[in-house]
Amino acid sequence: MNGRLRAQLEETILPPIVALLIAALVGDLLILVYGQSPAAVYRLLIQGTWGNAYGLGQVLYKTTTLTFTGLAVAIGLQAGLFNIGAESQLAAGGFAAGVVGAMLPAGIPSVVLLPLFIAAAAIGGGLVGGAAGALKAKWGAHEVITTIMLNFVVLALLNYLTVAHFKVFDTLHTADIRSGALPRLSAVVPAFHGSAANVVLVLALAAVAAAWWYLYRSRAGYELRAAGLQPGAAEYGGVKVSRVWWQAMLLSGAVAGIGGLNFVLGYKHYYEDSFASGMGFLGIAVALVGRNNPLGVFLAALLFATLSQGGLAVNAVVPKQMVEVLQAVVIIAVATSVPEVRRLLRGARRSAAT
Amino acid sequence: MLMGVLLAAHVVLLFVHPAGATSPTIDPNAVNIGIVFDVGGRGDKSFNDAAYLGAERAEKELGVHVRFIEPGDGSDREAGLRILAAEGMKLVVGIGFIFTDDLNQLAREYPNTDFAGVDYSVATDSAGNPIPPPPNLAALKFREEEGSFLVGALAAMVGHSKKLGFIGGMNSPLIQKFQAGYAAGVHYVCPDCQVIAQYAGVTPDAFRNPGVGKELALAQYQQGVNVIFHASGSTGLGVFEAARQTDRLAIGVDADQYSEAPGHVLTSMVKGVDAAVFDAIKRVKDGTFKGGIYTFGLAQNGVRYVYDEHNRNLIPDSVHARLEQIRADIIAGKIKVPSTLGAAP
Repeated sequence: MNGRLRAQLEETILPPIVALLIAALVGDLLILVYGQSPAAVYRLLIQGTWGNAYGLGQVLYKTTTLTFTGLAVAIGLQAGLFNIGAESQLAAGGFAAGVVGAMLPAGIPSVVLLPLFIAAAAIGGGLVGGAAGALKAKWGAHEVITTIMLNFVVLALLNYLTVAHFKVFDTLHTADIRSGALPRLSAVVPAFHGSAANVVLVLALAAVAAAWWYLYRSRAGYELRAAGLQPGAAEYGGVKVSRVWWQAMLLSGAVAGIGGLNFVLGYKHYYEDSFASGMGFLGIAVALVGRNNPLGVFLAALLFATLSQGGLAVNAVVPKQMVEVLQAVVIIAVATSVPEVRRLLRGARRSAAT
Repeated sequence: MLMGVLLAAHVVLLFVHPAGATSPTIDPNAVNIGIVFDVGGRGDKSFNDAAYLGAERAEKELGVHVRFIEPGDGSDREAGLRILAAEGMKLVVGIGFIFTDDLNQLAREYPNTDFAGVDYSVATDSAGNPIPPPPNLAALKFREEEGSFLVGALAAMVGHSKKLGFIGGMNSPLIQKFQAGYAAGVHYVCPDCQVIAQYAGVTPDAFRNPGVGKELALAQYQQGVNVIFHASGSTGLGVFEAARQTDRLAIGVDADQYSEAPGHVLTSMVKGVDAAVFDAIKRVKDGTFKGGIYTFGLAQNGVRYVYDEHNRNLIPDSVHARLEQIRADIIAGKIKVPSTLGAAP
């Protein structure tokens, strides 16, 4: 029993460590090719992120958005659906919150309005995700295709609505929300001063817990995972797979949409066209590296947020594309090292047993 | 075992120190300048590169140190400005109108640091009067519509077609300013001409998509357009390629883009971003920097069209003379150039 627990622990912890080491090694080589010293660049990267309160705040801000988009993609993948549309679902959620906020009268306490904003953002993102889910459930349209295409449609529509109807003159953003803005973390911890980290981080942590409970403790989550593992068997076991599909996409889109609150309610207090460009796509990487487990998603979000913010800090000596390459290496290393390291571990155990 | 090897290799590489490695420490005795680029980033061969050129010239001629940051998503703009301001830069420049809010906030938080915003958008109060930026922030504004008006008039005069083309990058108020001026210029010399205006997209990526630029340009040339004016960052590189391929003409933007397709670049609407950035840096170095709104139009030579030995054979003398007359009329205020599409005739 003890041995099995140890084996399980090894199989969970070792693969990501190996993957990170591989990524660090590739990073070393890239930095050397660029003619810089790896130790100095990594030191800059750490100093600019976890090394000071402001940098840490920025990492937490990015972690918040990435947690939501990562969870969105993970929920889809647990149901066997590959949601590539987190990018536009995130934007639609932010847009809905921004427009609702700009229409509210001033002076209503944030506590009262928060559920309204969450609902608005969830509906915004959920409509986009749900549309792809309905197309899948009703006509069998592949969700990869529909979500990719919906990205173009939705981003173009949001751009049109912003530019033609909602923008403040000479800018690309909507009017400020009148009430319901959430405080930044610097209101509690003054050292975070200037960083964009805000209370939506707490919402992200709550979403991680809720997603875990939903996926692993609720009946609907069990059905969702069953449909993802083996749709035919799930259907035979009494699960309405087509219903699970569109519900999963609706939920996935809603979660991504709520991520938009990080920018709109917590940071700028308005919706800005393409405010989080790339964060939806990065959510796919976060879900893959986090192995679709809510806690794993949060840790992966921290990692990718660190790399993203670190890219700014090392920009003085290496181009930021280096960090983007590093992010790609992390994805590839995790994808390949998990099965490979497990095989090695099992091989080692077998030879130790004989 | 595997982990040991990886770890050992990593540790060994950590201690390699190449001869050319630079250390990013700030020399407190030098004049340090920080620049945060727009989303298009370096290598767009127009807007951002023009700012880079101005900074590079300042490094050479004025001996200042310049550090650059290329931001990613929305929060990176403020982060980039903040990192540079916190490091003690004397001047921090944000390239692009999208920096406006971020610059306002940072300028208030760092009153002893100078800031400059290229294309900074000046807000107006309820009575319509411009709200001046903070005292340590210089708004560098360009009258792109004036330069676009001139190249529009030129395109209509030498185009031999009633159809003139315009290709923008991301559909946004700033790029619509180019379109508005261009269309007004076309209609000024040819009231019944038609301007076919298209945009490469609705996200910042539309400024770096030469493939789409080429497709749009080829389609426009096929419809009978002979001259296309692009305001689309590196997307325009595709427009030049289409011009080369179909032996038509294109008009460059931001910098003199003659070299992108020699013989096929009618002219370029040059926006003096490099000069404006250089100028701001120089004033910081000389200690004469002042906040406020700086406008660069035709009168200040902040926007202009290229007319030199490369394209003289494409522009007849009579056309050039008329163009100079229009230029003088705009400067004198006899011609009013619209800056938004709604106001276009």
